[in-house]
Amino acid sequence: MLETKIRAELQTKPILLMTHLVLGYPSFEENEKVIGAMAQAGVELVELQIPFSEPSADGPVIVNANAESLAKGTKVEQCFEFAAKMTGLYPKVGFLFMTYTNILFARGMDQFLERSLAAGLQGFIIPDLPIEESQDWRRNCHKAQMANVLIMTPTSTEARLKEIGQASTGLVYSVGRRGVTGLKTQFDLGLEAQIRRFKAATKLPLALGFGVKSPEDVAFLSGKADLAVIGSKLIELHQEAGVEAVGRFLGSLR
Amino acid sequence: MNQKPGYFGPYGGQFIPEILKATFDELVAVYQTARQDPSFWAEYLELMQNYSCRPTPVTFAGNLTQKLGGARIYIKREDLNHTGAHKANNVMGQGLLVKRMGKRRVIAETGAGQHGVATATMAAKFGFACTIYMGAVDVARQRPNVFWMEKLGATVVSVTQGSQTLKDAINEAFRDWAGNMDDTHYCMGTACGPHPFPEMVSWFQSIIGTEARVQIEKTAGKLPDRVFACVGGGSNAMGLFSGFLADKAVELVGVEAGGKGLETGHHAARLASKDGRLGIAQGYKTLFLQDEDGQMKETHSVAAGLDYVGVSPILAHLKDQGRVRFEAATDVEVMAAVELLVRNEGIIPALESSHALAQAFKEAPTLSKDQVILVNLSGRGDKDIFTIADAFGDQKWRKFIQEKARGYAGN
Repeated sequence: MLETKIRAELQTKPILLMTHLVLGYPSFEENEKVIGAMAQAGVELVELQIPFSEPSADGPVIVNANAESLAKGTKVEQCFEFAAKMTGLYPKVGFLFMTYTNILFARGMDQFLERSLAAGLQGFIIPDLPIEESQDWRRNCHKAQMANVLIMTPTSTEARLKEIGQASTGLVYSVGRRGVTGLKTQFDLGLEAQIRRFKAATKLPLALGFGVKSPEDVAFLSGKADLAVIGSKLIELHQEAGVEAVGRFLGSLR
Repeated sequence: MNQKPGYFGPYGGQFIPEILKATFDELVAVYQTARQDPSFWAEYLELMQNYSCRPTPVTFAGNLTQKLGGARIYIKREDLNHTGAHKANNVMGQGLLVKRMGKRRVIAETGAGQHGVATATMAAKFGFACTIYMGAVDVARQRPNVFWMEKLGATVVSVTQGSQTLKDAINEAFRDWAGNMDDTHYCMGTACGPHPFPEMVSWFQSIIGTEARVQIEKTAGKLPDRVFACVGGGSNAMGLFSGFLADKAVELVGVEAGGKGLETGHHAARLASKDGRLGIAQGYKTLFLQDEDGQMKETHSVAAGLDYVGVSPILAHLKDQGRVRFEAATDVEVMAAVELLVRNEGIIPALESSHALAQAFKEAPTLSKDQVILVNLSGRGDKDIFTIADAFGDQKWRKFIQEKARGYAGN
């Protein structure tokens, strides 16, 4: 189970890394190389984003990656096959699917869950599937021992944070600011206070994402959050400097 | 069964990112309070009367009635609404809610540009900052509307993501809202999207149906036998239909974009074709034109305002209940309807509204002379001159543009 894995890793490390990539962008071959570099650098969790034509919670870098992947013809079936291969190659890494509700819904939520389980995934992050719309899905994930990760935000009320803290499984994903993925986050006292608010609302490990871009950011989060999420930065780095640069960057983060 | 608020049968809901949850809670509360408050609707009516030419008339299309030789044809004149379409009804209502919420900025998506112009107009009147998101493809084909939005003080952002049309503009507006909800309201233009937009927009548009019901009884001496409205997102249809939903004898007909023909796949008929499939996107559940993986498809219509992958969850439910019949009109049929109305009645219809006309003209001859049909003319067409002149292949217009271009090139 995802939570057990995270807790075990946290015994020996001050902070864990969760990275992200968009499947089929720039290609599955490149995805495979990047995941190799991530595993080499000791990344504990990887979000595999299945591209969607309407990625409304994402910022420009990831939106563009979604569109280009789909333009190259990426199918959900390929994503399952690729994920199964990766979980087999890198058993120490925990893999999660990140995508939007319609990708699950189009295939049938139950079938999507079954296929993900069979492919060795450990859970899901679905940003447009809030608590109110996901009762059945969360119950079925729980039965299958798959995590369904919910998101805490600075605009969430205390009562809402508690609700999320209880309904999420595996970990809680939190964002330190308003807006979409990839934009700048201020790593300052305000963020520290937000993280304390999130921590107080859940017993689960807490990840912080959106705008984590440097070793300094990760150092700032160390001891405050349990996981740092690096998404858009890696896609940009891969575009500009290739797989080796991604590996070096990840190696420098802790 | 409405198991949760915001659901219409299996359609609707609120599939939103967590960052917007508190904003939606606030909007739902303000909307529900306004709906309970008679002084709000009174303020709204006064605004629409003084600023937007309401009530818009119902016109008897006598020449066409005679020509087609069947039912008596009446037209609800939303083309005479301020800014030239029904869009103002929704926008001015949301503007009043924005004032109640104390926000200072509005954002909106637009396809054809009508909703963008209406929102920019409202922002100018109420003193709000305004940003309009518009697909790059639409920016290119709707320059006159972009020109007016900018003159009205709005910032127009050309959206280069995805298919660069209406749905992509909606995504981009949501992204803006996710970062700026504290002082910004997203003024959604149609009866789609997450709760409360479908029912809130339909409520503001119900002003059309409320007026029309009284007017048609007075002028035709009876309720209509059939009521026609075009369906893009569905707000003008919801507006007119709402006046007659309780009158079981009145048949309601929604007309979608048949594009190049339903069999070609190049259309935007989510309800009238077999191609619409239940899905969840842009914050709500409805029938979408999508592939087997759940990726949204490209749609086609001569009318940019009907060129959308989803449809109002309320209309999807009314279809299931058998209350509304859905048809599709092709681009070719639509252009013929434009010509008929212009030549016989001296009214220039928007291409969107002409879908409703096309279907009404098709059915009128099959009805008897004592029967009455009512068509929603949701917008006027003279501002679509570039598109309509193109669609007619008008050579004199073409020459004029070429000369104009040479003139600009010379400077």
